[in-house]
Amino acid sequence: MNLPEWITPNLGVFMVIGGVAALAAVGVVVFNNAVRSALCLVVSFFMLAFLYFSLGAEMIGILQIVVYTGAIMVLFLFVIMLLNLGSLGSVIEKKDPKFIIGGAMGLAILLMVGSQVIVPLASVNQPKAPEGFGAPQTVGYSLFSTYLYPFEIASVLLLVGIVGSILLAKRRL
Amino acid sequence: MAQWFLDLHPALQALIRVLILVVPILLIVPMLIWWERRLLSWMQDRIGPNRVATITWSKTSKFVPPMLRGKKTRLFGLLQPIADGVKLFFKEDVTPSAVDRFIYFIAPGVALFPAFAVGGTLPLAPWPSITPVADVNIGVLYMLAISSLGVYGVVLAGYAGNNKYSLMGGLRASAQLISYELGMAMSLACIVLATGSLRMTDMVRAQEAPFWLGNIPWLQNWYVLTPFGFVAMIVFLICMVAETNRAPFDLPEAENELIAGYHTEYSSMKFAVFFMGEYAAMFVFAGVFSTVFFGGWNALPFNWDYIAQTSSFPFFAGIADFFARANYWLAPLIFMGKMATFFTLFIWIRATLPRLRYDQLMSLGWKTLLPMAVVNFILVAVWLLVVRLVEEGQSATMGWAAGAALWAVAGVLVYLLLRKLRKTTAKPHLESRRISMVDPNQPNEVALG
Repeated sequence: MNLPEWITPNLGVFMVIGGVAALAAVGVVVFNNAVRSALCLVVSFFMLAFLYFSLGAEMIGILQIVVYTGAIMVLFLFVIMLLNLGSLGSVIEKKDPKFIIGGAMGLAILLMVGSQVIVPLASVNQPKAPEGFGAPQTVGYSLFSTYLYPFEIASVLLLVGIVGSILLAKRRL
Repeated sequence: MAQWFLDLHPALQALIRVLILVVPILLIVPMLIWWERRLLSWMQDRIGPNRVATITWSKTSKFVPPMLRGKKTRLFGLLQPIADGVKLFFKEDVTPSAVDRFIYFIAPGVALFPAFAVGGTLPLAPWPSITPVADVNIGVLYMLAISSLGVYGVVLAGYAGNNKYSLMGGLRASAQLISYELGMAMSLACIVLATGSLRMTDMVRAQEAPFWLGNIPWLQNWYVLTPFGFVAMIVFLICMVAETNRAPFDLPEAENELIAGYHTEYSSMKFAVFFMGEYAAMFVFAGVFSTVFFGGWNALPFNWDYIAQTSSFPFFAGIADFFARANYWLAPLIFMGKMATFFTLFIWIRATLPRLRYDQLMSLGWKTLLPMAVVNFILVAVWLLVVRLVEEGQSATMGWAAGAALWAVAGVLVYLLLRKLRKTTAKPHLESRRISMVDPNQPNEVALG
């Protein structure tokens, strides 16, 4: 078996993981069952995390799993299961001008992004982050020095969100 | 370690590292099941499975050695889990007709995966070339992330069963796991702050340092022996039991309320996979527990090297040197022994405590463990600040005074918090809602509830 020379093992891993992620992302839109769509989204996020791992950026990958796969998607699934939507067959209309417009706009975005991304990436065959990129120490240091105020403001915002949700959800405090 | 290992292809090295972690766990899970059943029955004054693997040798056969003829060889029922496994293999695999087939099929695998993957950053021994599968700089965060994926297997199984009890079990499990993850993360954050690194091997190295900033040089600074580490250990232990859905936190599969919870509809091998995932998760979590709080691969909290170098008796020095070498070469066995010990703790807790009520579960997680872990986190930060002041200012007495004062303040805070908690948790805080039924024929309304 003679592979072309430009397919390095790194690129092979990248292609497999990226392909699964893209397929799962398509599945999110295609499936009619809400639980299936949510699961596809989980797979897509998970594959993105693997992609970050394979690029040598462990911190971003693990944060992807903690935040999206571990917390947000569990809540999504929770809500979907409680509502138990079932099939959405009755909602979908077969002939709808929105399909054409949406498809055209999607294609336009694909072309715009693709024209910017594909040319500079065409010659890359060893995708890898520089050593120590996004290490916890670096991220923590910049959060608590350069970006201290945005960080604190964001945390206050989250606190407001928590208090507000308790206020709305609880009948009697 | 050996050079020949480092000369292998990196993919082969990675495969060997994974096998060194996974194969012992797979082999030990049946033993753990047997051990749980025997120990539990001993604690409950029963006998337990002691019959399988009792061989009665023939009295007349020529193939049996004469000394064994007509005798019985007992193995304490050690093969019981194998027999159970064979039984589960050959049982009919019933798939109910109303299940969501695809999700029903993948759920056991999804439940099994995190149980093994959590161990990816556990160092089994001080041999950096072979033992943590990946010694990444985010070790603890990785463990938290993967253990948070454990909820998917349970939730998907509960949903796919298409059964109200299964769904209730799945929902309970997800609520419980999400709640207890917070306390677990906060308790680990204390240790991360004390270590200054998220790497698991760094944590073990930090615990090999001399005790209390070098004041007791012959002891190791195991985090369980420090005040903040002890509190974090208690919080982590409770959260660990809750994360693995074990008694007294086994509400997702509470049989008197939910039949069998999320795995009600599962039979045969699919059920066995859930079962194995639960035990593997317990074993691996016990490994995390011993790595983070109990000094990892070190058998006893003594600095053998220090004792060997400073002891004035050559005899003691020799013994200490021997222990240091033994600890280095037997490290994986010591680590496995520690894991088994903490697994026994799981069983002991199961045999001792009754199952919690749902509101107790939530109030324990949110109103007790999380505040305790947060207060503990602040204490660690203050402690580190005092240490730094002492080291920079070189005025030990002032530093010690400041430290003592801060500890006193912190102690008062903890006491106040605990008193407040005891008041709030003493009576169950149940939300009551009034339903009033208005009957137009009668002037007074009848209140229910």
